[in-house]
Amino acid sequence: MKNVDSKSHVRGESVYLDDVPLLQGTLFACVYDSPIAHGKLKNVDISEAEKADGVVRVITAKDLIGENQIGGILPDEPLLADEEVHFCGMPVALVLAETEEQAHAAAKLIKAEIDPLEIVTDEREAQAKNELIAPPKHFRLGDAEKAFATCEHVFEGRADVNGQEHLYIETQGAYTIPTEQGGLKIYSSTQGPTAVQRAVSRVTAIPMHQIEVDVTRLGGGFGGKEDQANAWSALCAVATQLTKKPVKYALHRMEDMRMTGKRHPYSADYRIGLDKDLKIVAYQAKFYQNAGAACDLSLPVLERTLFHCTNSYFIPNVSATAYSCKTNLPPNTAFRGFGGPQGMFVIESAIAHAAEKLGVSKNEIQRKNLIRSGDEFPYGQIAESEAEASWTQADQQYDFAKLQAEADEFNTQNKFVKKGIALMPICFGISFTKTPMNQARSLVHVYTDGSVAVSTGAVEMGQGVNTKIAQVAAKIFSQPIERIKVHTTNTLRIANTSPTAASAAADLNGRATQMACETILERLKAVAQEMLKDGAYRVESSNGNAAGKPSEGGTQSGVSFENGFVFYNGEPTSLDWLLVVNEAYNSRVNLSEHAHYATQGINFDWSIAKGHPFAYHVYGTAIVGVTVDCLRGIYEVDYVKCCHDFGTSMNTSVDFGQIEGGIVQGLGWMTMEEVFYDSDGRLRSNALSTYKIPDVYSVPKEIAILPLETSRENLAVFNSKAVGEPPLMYGIGAYFAIREAVKAFNKQNFVKFDAPFTPEKVLMNLYSEISG
Amino acid sequence: MIKFILNNQSVETALPKGTTVLDFVRYHKNLKGTKIGCREGDCGACTILVGELAGEKLKYRTMTSCLMPISNADGKHIVTVEGINRDDGGLTPVQSAMVETSGTQCGFCTVGFVMSLTNFCIDDTPKTNEAAISAIDGNICRCTGYKSIERAALSLCGTAARRNGDAEIHSAIGNEIVPEYFANIKERLSEILNSRFQIANSSNRNPEPGIQNPKFLSGGTDLYVQRPEEMVYADTENLFDSAALRFINETDEFIELGASVVVTDLLESDVFNRLFPNLYKHLKLVSSTPIRNMATLAGNFVNASPIGDMTAWFLALDAEIELSDARSSTRTLPLKDFYLGYKQLAKREDEFISKIRFRKDFTHFNFEKVCKRTYLDIASVNTAISLKMSGDVIEHAHVSAGGVFATPLYLRKTSEFLKGKEISAETIAQANEIIQTEISPIPDVRGSAEYKRLLLRQLFTAHFVELFKANIQ
Ligand SMILES: Cc1cc2nc3c(=O)[nH]c(=O)nc-3n(C[C@H](O)[C@H](O)[C@H](O)COP(=O)(O)OP(=O)(O)OC[C@H]3O[C@@H](n4cnc5c(N)ncnc54)[C@H](O)[C@@H]3O)c2cc1C
Ligand code: FES
Ligand code: FES
Repeated sequence: MKNVDSKSHVRGESVYLDDVPLLQGTLFACVYDSPIAHGKLKNVDISEAEKADGVVRVITAKDLIGENQIGGILPDEPLLADEEVHFCGMPVALVLAETEEQAHAAAKLIKAEIDPLEIVTDEREAQAKNELIAPPKHFRLGDAEKAFATCEHVFEGRADVNGQEHLYIETQGAYTIPTEQGGLKIYSSTQGPTAVQRAVSRVTAIPMHQIEVDVTRLGGGFGGKEDQANAWSALCAVATQLTKKPVKYALHRMEDMRMTGKRHPYSADYRIGLDKDLKIVAYQAKFYQNAGAACDLSLPVLERTLFHCTNSYFIPNVSATAYSCKTNLPPNTAFRGFGGPQGMFVIESAIAHAAEKLGVSKNEIQRKNLIRSGDEFPYGQIAESEAEASWTQADQQYDFAKLQAEADEFNTQNKFVKKGIALMPICFGISFTKTPMNQARSLVHVYTDGSVAVSTGAVEMGQGVNTKIAQVAAKIFSQPIERIKVHTTNTLRIANTSPTAASAAADLNGRATQMACETILERLKAVAQEMLKDGAYRVESSNGNAAGKPSEGGTQSGVSFENGFVFYNGEPTSLDWLLVVNEAYNSRVNLSEHAHYATQGINFDWSIAKGHPFAYHVYGTAIVGVTVDCLRGIYEVDYVKCCHDFGTSMNTSVDFGQIEGGIVQGLGWMTMEEVFYDSDGRLRSNALSTYKIPDVYSVPKEIAILPLETSRENLAVFNSKAVGEPPLMYGIGAYFAIREAVKAFNKQNFVKFDAPFTPEKVLMNLYSEISG
Repeated sequence: MIKFILNNQSVETALPKGTTVLDFVRYHKNLKGTKIGCREGDCGACTILVGELAGEKLKYRTMTSCLMPISNADGKHIVTVEGINRDDGGLTPVQSAMVETSGTQCGFCTVGFVMSLTNFCIDDTPKTNEAAISAIDGNICRCTGYKSIERAALSLCGTAARRNGDAEIHSAIGNEIVPEYFANIKERLSEILNSRFQIANSSNRNPEPGIQNPKFLSGGTDLYVQRPEEMVYADTENLFDSAALRFINETDEFIELGASVVVTDLLESDVFNRLFPNLYKHLKLVSSTPIRNMATLAGNFVNASPIGDMTAWFLALDAEIELSDARSSTRTLPLKDFYLGYKQLAKREDEFISKIRFRKDFTHFNFEKVCKRTYLDIASVNTAISLKMSGDVIEHAHVSAGGVFATPLYLRKTSEFLKGKEISAETIAQANEIIQTEISPIPDVRGSAEYKRLLLRQLFTAHFVELFKANIQ
């Protein structure tokens, strides 16, 4: 089953924000953003811009009718800078002009007078100055302090991991249209239509029921359009409110890169203690998260770092502390994995450190400590583990021992080319860690021609959620997928949605759709039952004899739909879907349903930092192999071979695509993708020419995917498992594989844990005694 | 008036000639299939096909429409996805392949890939797996991880190679890669060009004497990245399509090239393939297919970026450039004397490069480049070398390096030093010492100064490893 959008995609007929036909009189917006990372905003001179060709109006903070605030979690993020600027790229003014070109030209004429204040870009420096978004968070299991005293081996060190630009190929944008009686219709490229609606309501003081947000699809999101899509809609909405004109803003790539936040960079201190059998007895970690200038989603991201700080290992004594540090960078935000990957990088670094000092291979320590069913995570949830299963299946299927032996042999034969291999197990919890967000609704209409329209709160952004939802409806109604249309995500049809995030959209919205469809199906079965009863429709038994009409009082469960036909007690009848649907309509039976789903059995109590936050975990293990050219300091990824826990995949082509895409994105983060701010807080990697994401030549030569064999039940739709985020974390293996290869060349050098492993760092480490 | 064929429609436009083809098709012609990802030539979402008559032949190449002024579309066939879509709503083999392999997720990059692969199916390169992947080297996808797109590309080799005995375009029509109307594009373009020819002859195409500082425009791949807004209205002299500047000649002593030769022309040149055995491997390191189709040599030289690859290449050939002006007065200058300081050139504003030439008398050539991403990236450091060996002795050497100085750098002292030396680990080490005195790298987003120094040392060494399998231990 292919993605339901793929035909219109390849023909260029799918609609994205910039393709929405424009109404006459549409104005084009352009932001003037702060050129200074921190300072007092003394004056904004818009006089020249106002006089420029085609300019209709220039908006600054004082023009807002509602509140100048878009912070979703904490109210610390003004829409337009008012008294202070907090990062380079912070919106200061909005130009509206008759053409896009005029808007851009006029924005260049604005001058801001800013008295500079001290600029902090480093998270540790911010923490030292007590510049925190919120008080630190802690996770505790057992007694780490005491346990360290009993350890045979204790190692401590530091790990740094940089951010990552989302680089959705479609940039952010919004198009707002005034509707009658002071309302607004908003097209937005957002993962969170309700978040946009809320933000718009706040800045315009227009109540939410007057604001319609509509999302057809995104040209990629990856978390970058979860909260960070709000500002652009809010700006356009304010502009529409003030001018009564439709207003459009599709950001240029460089505007997008410089004004929006990214994956959070982290710095961390770790301490790891092992017993003589290489069991990890104690682990302590301090995480310094670079939150940027405002909270955005930094706190839940920080929490997920803690949730995943022990990855797929069981460690009986854990003490982890995390600081969300406020700096003068654009507010960092959600990105596939949501803080989890950073937590995993640190524990993997700690294990690599221990292995190197003990002279054992890293995978020996990894394997000995995999979490088992019944073990407790540091946050209190009891594991139902597939960690060993996925490790063993990967190990055996791909013959790790042979791969390692081949690499070792290669390394003895070659001086200037080295191979490195790493194993990367993952364990990722599924559910929003904020329990109330684990709810979804679906609205299903069956029309009298038999076709079906579905609306949910999920946003399609390439992850195939619409395809899966259509499959749910098609399966339950036993209709071909062509009869199902999953419509735009719209706040009038589905209210109070959770953002499409946390890999949970298909789970939650799929379950809601399942419920809605089943409810309608039950009604249709009852109708069919009645229709069969009056004898007008034959029931054909498999031996060819008419089985007659159902007896009085026969149970409804005798009726089922298969391939568009009604079956009675497993026997085909001459009654079909369309007839039943029409009879239902004529009998005034409801052919629509709006269902609500809330994940059961999850909870979390932050006062004790314990609970059962996840519906289930996704496990997997990857083997990553790389080759490093030690003359030039460049590398290739030879393979990523994984055993991944899909549950029962609903759609293998969609799910395999998510795995391949996630792996490559994770590799990019660990290798070539280098977000680079200078000490003035200016983004230097501010375009595709200076920020490199993987191209067709930098992906692994081979990606092998082995579905984990398991029969465990879980809470997701049709026993499938969420697949969006977890595979990204296989990419972390590439860092450690490169590290192995570098070590094979330069044995004296202890490679610092500092991702990404750019060609520069590779070369400097290969020749560290010469360069150092 | 600019006149060309857009898909199946002849268009004329009086829009400013610097308007990009991207804006023209999306916002003036409402063809929304072509997407915008960067407006910098770096993502390929805006990839189109450009068909051009070269003599008797109609040849298609991919270009990034975001960097292409409509003036460079004049007299050509511009094809967007709407121009290859089947009327019956069905899919072409390229589109089917992308669907079948799940090569599309969010879909935003997809049309660019479809266009690149369509071009692969209609151009006359051999239909190898390598060429299929190479065709999409300018397309970036953030969703799929490329593996599915790779499978789509490889699955097309068979279809693409299927020949119906006809010219490429007829095979492509037969294979349903492109619609029927492609069959008479050649004739339609000839008509446009013939009418053009008369106009061109009747008007004086030289810049008018009153206009100062004419700026020259070739492929636009630097100008449209650096000053996109200004370029729309800039009054430029367009050199890209000047047939007089687009040739590769071989004489007994020299290779001579027109200034508007693009990198792809080198790749497709028999002479270059003979002189540079690793041509493909090396030129693959320069930008991407669509950019190489637009990027001229003169543009690279005049842009004067310290990390210009073709500049490094031709410096190491000790090339000369011919400068001309509107009055057709010409002078010749060694390329190594062209660079005076950061973006300062030994050239009057009204002079343009008309010709490039270099001696054929080298026996060895190598090019090295390292960047964050091996392909479609700007070098952290690049370097090229040409050597004339007689036996084991270097008769003469020319070495260049980029990314280590304010200008593209010809390493004079190093080149001089190598003369008369034998290749040995010691020679290489000594030359490396000299190189370190000739460079002064600046730290930037492409690397720290120490890294660039170390990297050039390594890459200089790599020249000898590549050329002589030198023992460098
Ligand atoms: C995505 C991308 C990737 C790139 N990758 C690389 C790379 O890997 N390596 C690399 O070296 N470059 C790269 N470039 C830069 C660019 O492609 C080259 O420098 C190219 O050769 C420029 O040629 P052009 O014809 O496009 O120049 P244009 O943009 O047309 O012109 C560049 C400059 O040269 C002047 N000019 C043009 N022709 C003449 C002439 N005949 N006489 C006098 N002046 C003239 C123009 O006035 C202008 O100042 C890349 C560019 C892009 C967009
Ligand atoms: S828009 Fe990215 S290459 Fe043209
Ligand atoms: S499918 Fe989303 S960028 Fe390629």
